Amino acid sequence: MSLFFQLVVSGLASGAIYAALAIALVLIFRATSIVNFGQGEMATFSAYCTWQMINWGVPVWLSLLICLAASFIVGIIVFRSFIQPLIGAPIEAMVVVTLGLFVLFQAVTMWIWGADQRAFPSIFPDGGIAIGGVQVRISALGTLLALAIAALSIGLVFRFTRLGLSMRASAYDRTKSMLVGIKVQRMLMLGWGLAAVIGMIAAVLIAPRLLLSPTMMTPILFYGLAAATLGGWDSPFGAVVGGLLVGVAESLGGSYLPMVGAELRIVVPIALTLIILLVKPVGLFGSYKVTKL
Amino acid sequence: MTLLDVRGLSASYGKVQALFDCSFSVGDGEFVALLGANGAGKTTMLRALSGIARSSGTISFDGQRLDARPPEERLRLGIAHVPQGRGTFAEFTVDENLSLGAITLSDAAQVRRDKERWYQTFPRLRERRNRLAGNLSGGEQQMLAVARALMSRPKLLMCDEPSLGLAPAITAEIFEIFKDLHKRHRMTLLVVEQNADLTLQFADTAFVIETGHIVATSPAHEMLHNQDIQKSYLGV
Ligand SMILES: Nc1ncnc2c1ncn2[C@@H]1O[C@H](COP(=O)(O)OP(=O)(O)O)[C@@H](O)[C@H]1O
Ligand SMILES: [Mg+2]
Repeated sequence: MSLFFQLVVSGLASGAIYAALAIALVLIFRATSIVNFGQGEMATFSAYCTWQMINWGVPVWLSLLICLAASFIVGIIVFRSFIQPLIGAPIEAMVVVTLGLFVLFQAVTMWIWGADQRAFPSIFPDGGIAIGGVQVRISALGTLLALAIAALSIGLVFRFTRLGLSMRASAYDRTKSMLVGIKVQRMLMLGWGLAAVIGMIAAVLIAPRLLLSPTMMTPILFYGLAAATLGGWDSPFGAVVGGLLVGVAESLGGSYLPMVGAELRIVVPIALTLIILLVKPVGLFGSYKVTKL
Repeated sequence: MTLLDVRGLSASYGKVQALFDCSFSVGDGEFVALLGANGAGKTTMLRALSGIARSSGTISFDGQRLDARPPEERLRLGIAHVPQGRGTFAEFTVDENLSLGAITLSDAAQVRRDKERWYQTFPRLRERRNRLAGNLSGGEQQMLAVARALMSRPKLLMCDEPSLGLAPAITAEIFEIFKDLHKRHRMTLLVVEQNADLTLQFADTAFVIETGHIVATSPAHEMLHNQDIQKSYLGV
C-alpha cells in the first residue's frame, strides 16, 4: 500500500509539470485556435537562459525572475512576428509555423549551449518528509505547490479581474470583443506571453530531475498534449486535471502493468487519452465548440 | 447639432461592393431609422460605422474623424453597436456581459452604479444576473445586448434589427425602452429595421437604403404615410 501511495505522489508531481505545459497549450489554443508545438522548446530555451544566469553567479531567485519576465517578452515577440500575421490562415499553415517554432528554438538552444546535458539546481531543498508513513520528497511537494499557485493565480485573474475578463472574451469571440472595445490583439499577445511564462515554470521544475538538454521538453510536450486532449482543449481547469491524471496513470502503469515496464510507460497516457477520446471526444471538461479539431 | 456625419462611404466584401458613396448625418439626440430590404446593406453600414468592416469615405463623430480609428477607439468616443443576432457572450453570465460592456471604463464604482441603473430598467436581467447569457430567451438576450451597449455610456446607440425573431409584444417592449432612452436621456439612436411600420412610429427621421445606395430621406411620420416610398423600397 505504501508503494502505491508513493507512486501516486510521484505521479502527481510529474503530472503537475505536464499540467503546467498543458495550461500553456490550452491558453494559446483557446485564444488563437493554434496548437503550439513549439511550447516545450520555448520553455527549454528559457530554462537554459536561467541556467546561464545562475552559472554567471546571479542568485537563483533573481535569475528565475529575470528569465520569467524575459520568457513573457519572448512569447510576445513570437506572437507578433510569427502568429499575428497568420491569424485567419488555414489550420495547416498554423501547424507548420508552430512546428517551425519547435525546430527554431531547439536549433537556437543547441547552437548556443551545445547538446551536452547540464545539471540544473533544484529550487527546493533535498530530502523528504514522512506523511502518514509514506516518504514524500520535498521537491515533489514543492512542484505540486508551484502548480497549485500558478493555476490558482491564473484562475483568480481570469475570474475576477477586468484583464482576465477581457482575455477570456477575446479567446471566446474576437469580433464581439472588438465591439465592446477590447484590444483583442493585445489580449492574444498577453496570452502568448503568459503561456511562455507557464511553460518556463514547467521546464525549471523538471530540469533538476531530467538534466538540462536541448530536447528535454520534447517528451513533456507529448504528455502535455495528452493532458490537454484529456482535459479538453478549451479548459485550463481540465488541463490541470488531465495533467495530474496522465502523471498518475504513467506512474502506476509503469510499475504495476508488467508488460508496460519503464521503457513503455509513455504508452499509458496515450492509451488513456485514446480511451477518453472514444468515450467523450471533447475531453473531460471541454465544450463542444472545439470538436472539429 | 450634428453628432454623426458620413460622407461618400463605400464598403465591400472582397469583390462584392455592399455600400456605394453613402452620405447622411444624424443630429445630436435624434432617433434615426435605417430601413431597407434584406441584403440592402444595413448591417454593413453599421459595421462600417463601428469599424469592424473596412470602408472608404469620411466618418465624423462629435467633431472627430473616425475613419482611420479601430473599433475600440470608436467605442471609447461614444459609438455603441448592438449587432444583428444580439452578439451577447453566450458562455458568460448576464453580469459578466454587462461588465464587458463597460470594459473600456476604469471607474469601478461608476460601473457598479451603471449596472444598478440598467438592472432597474431591465428587471428581468437582474433576476437572471448569474445565468449564462446563452440560456436566456431571445427577448432577454436582446435586452441584455442593449443593456451591455449602454454600459459603455455611448453618445450614439446603434442597433441592428432588434425585432428579428422576437414576438411582437417583446419587440414593442424594446422599442418603448428606445423611446424612453430617446425622450428622457436624450440618447441618439440609429436603429436598423425591416419592420418599417413599427420603427417609423418611434423614429424622428428615416433613411431608406437599397442595394448599397441611400435612396430616400425624410421625417419618419411623412414616410409612414408615403405609400410610394413604402411600395417601391420597403416591399410593403
Ligand atoms: N461577409 C460577407 N461576405 C460577402 N458578402 C457579404 C457579407 N456580408 C454581407 N454581404 C453582402 O453584402 C450585401 C449587404 O449585406 P448586409 O449589409 O448584410 O445587408 P442587410 O443587413 O441590409 O440585410 C449583400 O449583398 C450581402 O450578400
Ligand atoms: Mg442585416
